[in-house]
Amino acid sequence: MKMTGAQMLCESLIREEVEVIFGFPGGAVLPLYDTLPQYPQLRHILVRHEQGAVHAADGYARATGKVGVCIATSGPGATNLVTGIANAHLDSVPIVAITGQVARPFIGKDAFQETDITGITLPITKHNYLVLDVASLPRIIKEAFYLARSGRPGPILIDLPRDVQIDQAEFHYPSKVDLSGYKPTLQGHPAQVKKAANLIDEAQRPLIIAGRGVIISKAYAELKQLAEKAQVPVVTTLLGISCFPESHALSYGMIGMHGMAYANLAVDAADLIIAIGMRFDDRATAKVSAFAPHAHIIHIDIDPAEIGKNVRVDVPIVGDAKAVLQELNKLIISARHIDWIQQLDDWRREHPSITIRDSQGLLPQFVIRKIYEVTQGKAIIVTGVGQNQMWAAQHYWYNKPNSLISSGGLGTMGFELPAAMGAKVGCPDEVVWCIAGDGGFQMTIQELATIVQEKLAVKIAIMNNGYLGMVRQWQELFYKKRYVATPLSGPDFVKIAEAYGFSGLRVEHKEEVVPAIQKAMAEEGPFLIDFKIEPEENVYPMVPPGASLAEVLEEPRKERKVVTDSATLPVSNI
Amino acid sequence: MTKHTLVALVEDKPGVLNRMASLFRRRGFNIESIAVGHSEVPHLSRMTIVVDGAAAMVEQVRKQLDKVVDVVKVSDITEDDIVARELALIKVKATSSTRSEIIQIVDIFRANIVDVATDSVTIEVTGDEEKINSLFNLLRGFGIKEIARTGCIAMTRGTSGPLPTEKKSPKPKGQKTS
Repeated sequence: MKMTGAQMLCESLIREEVEVIFGFPGGAVLPLYDTLPQYPQLRHILVRHEQGAVHAADGYARATGKVGVCIATSGPGATNLVTGIANAHLDSVPIVAITGQVARPFIGKDAFQETDITGITLPITKHNYLVLDVASLPRIIKEAFYLARSGRPGPILIDLPRDVQIDQAEFHYPSKVDLSGYKPTLQGHPAQVKKAANLIDEAQRPLIIAGRGVIISKAYAELKQLAEKAQVPVVTTLLGISCFPESHALSYGMIGMHGMAYANLAVDAADLIIAIGMRFDDRATAKVSAFAPHAHIIHIDIDPAEIGKNVRVDVPIVGDAKAVLQELNKLIISARHIDWIQQLDDWRREHPSITIRDSQGLLPQFVIRKIYEVTQGKAIIVTGVGQNQMWAAQHYWYNKPNSLISSGGLGTMGFELPAAMGAKVGCPDEVVWCIAGDGGFQMTIQELATIVQEKLAVKIAIMNNGYLGMVRQWQELFYKKRYVATPLSGPDFVKIAEAYGFSGLRVEHKEEVVPAIQKAMAEEGPFLIDFKIEPEENVYPMVPPGASLAEVLEEPRKERKVVTDSATLPVSNI
Repeated sequence: MTKHTLVALVEDKPGVLNRMASLFRRRGFNIESIAVGHSEVPHLSRMTIVVDGAAAMVEQVRKQLDKVVDVVKVSDITEDDIVARELALIKVKATSSTRSEIIQIVDIFRANIVDVATDSVTIEVTGDEEKINSLFNLLRGFGIKEIARTGCIAMTRGTSGPLPTEKKSPKPKGQKTS
């Protein structure tokens, strides 16, 4: 049957089980938008800025594990996607971005709203396509979705000229892809897996560092089995948070620049690192030459280009985390590392890292803890970037798989609100909290309109300190308190919420925190809480730039007067 | 910093060269030469890339090149036993008094004169980089007007093909490159 390019696109999206598209129309995608009503099963969500569309697709993809889809027009529409595409690329998030392009005869002539978006996004996509023949469109879409979700996931961009959307051809949706240059390795090499098992059996002080790869591969049960069978403590990267229950006796939290002191000390002391689905990012390793100085390293990753990139690796295993761990678990022998685990527990007692001091003012750590308590740890937490992100990572305890969504690699302020929106669209039955800073929130604040229009019950907590807090913290610690361009004013966020058509509360005192969170939870729709937190509160622990993980700084003692009761980590004996 | 020769089998599609070159550009690597032509497999091209860089860095780029969807396979054959050739066209000033001396040099190098004008000759020479450089040095005294080089093309000697597709098809003999 003959179809237009626009129809083919819609038919193909349905075959790829796409339910929702985040988009913003424009001249070069008008034929596509005109066709959308023929396909009511494709829900289109109109964002207020294309960056919102791509971050929403990203949040949707992370929350559901499905491919997120966004649409923008040519030129400025397409370039507005760029930050979000780079964000998805660095965090391995499967999205398909569809951009309109000027009609073929105008390409390369600096036509109105023309931009070379395939050229621009070449280094920040897993792959991209410029469609020059309508007959190739079904194959391209098939490939795009396959590439986005398989292997190491990532963003794919399809640039679709306006006239290709109108052109007609026979529609045949291919049943499989034929890509001779793309064959991800899923199964680990048996000899390497055997070597890894031997190293694990011999290790005295083994440590698992789990990353987002565990979440992507849904290897939760396999990771838990490995940890429990060989009694190996587990730490995670920022994006690995929630791949292993933080209440588990073997969980020692996050490593890195703002990781738990005891987790960082464990990396420093370990004699074996089992790195799973992580890429030794500089924020996780700190000074890379001093990373895990006593350890052999086993690196399990699906991307061969990550092996040996940043740290020396003794046993590389290229493969899918779930498949590799299944094989590894068969080979390892049960072990107990009583002294090692005792050592970690001692460190955790000596360097609690996530205590909350008693304070007259409103502390962000306290606010996050109360959100944890009121939501009973069951919410999906979507963060911005900066102090709010670190407090959310440290002080909410993640026991539910895949319950933290955060921009790790690119560190994109403004990610929080549209990503929370996407997560809520993908998981309407889950409670979604957006933890924002007053800086990042103002970068994509316009998506409040989308949230209201689509009736998305996103709960928003703004950690409002009147500063670009993380930058201010660096200025305080490393630039002699010269607060250049970090104090910032903001609007009355409660009035902003009201102006957009929903309710909010301002919270300035500790005793108001829990009732406000409870009110937000009771509200059917979206709700915003503007928490006026201590303006110059810092994130600790902190590994100063250039230092090693062992040189982690804790909150200066004088500030840590009283430890509140609720601040001890709940360790169960799972 | 050492010179590395990479050989890649790539899809014959628009943008492939750009995707590959971009990975070098990102690191500030200068590509010394790059030569592309059809391979023995339809729709696939073979590319020879010569770059100067630290071994670990080149290996990282090689892995990332291998990730490019349109790249079927890429190998660093620097350490292998290889045949590497380059073709150069050299236009050199020639007068009636110097022409015969130039022809002698050309003969010694088993090169060819492909064009003769009143004040110049154009020489075609094939060989490894060293041979072309030697010839260039000898001709320099006469005055070089123009030089064009294809860049190196290379393959491993004997039966060891670096690329998996070669195993399937009968061993190509004297394969043409365009």
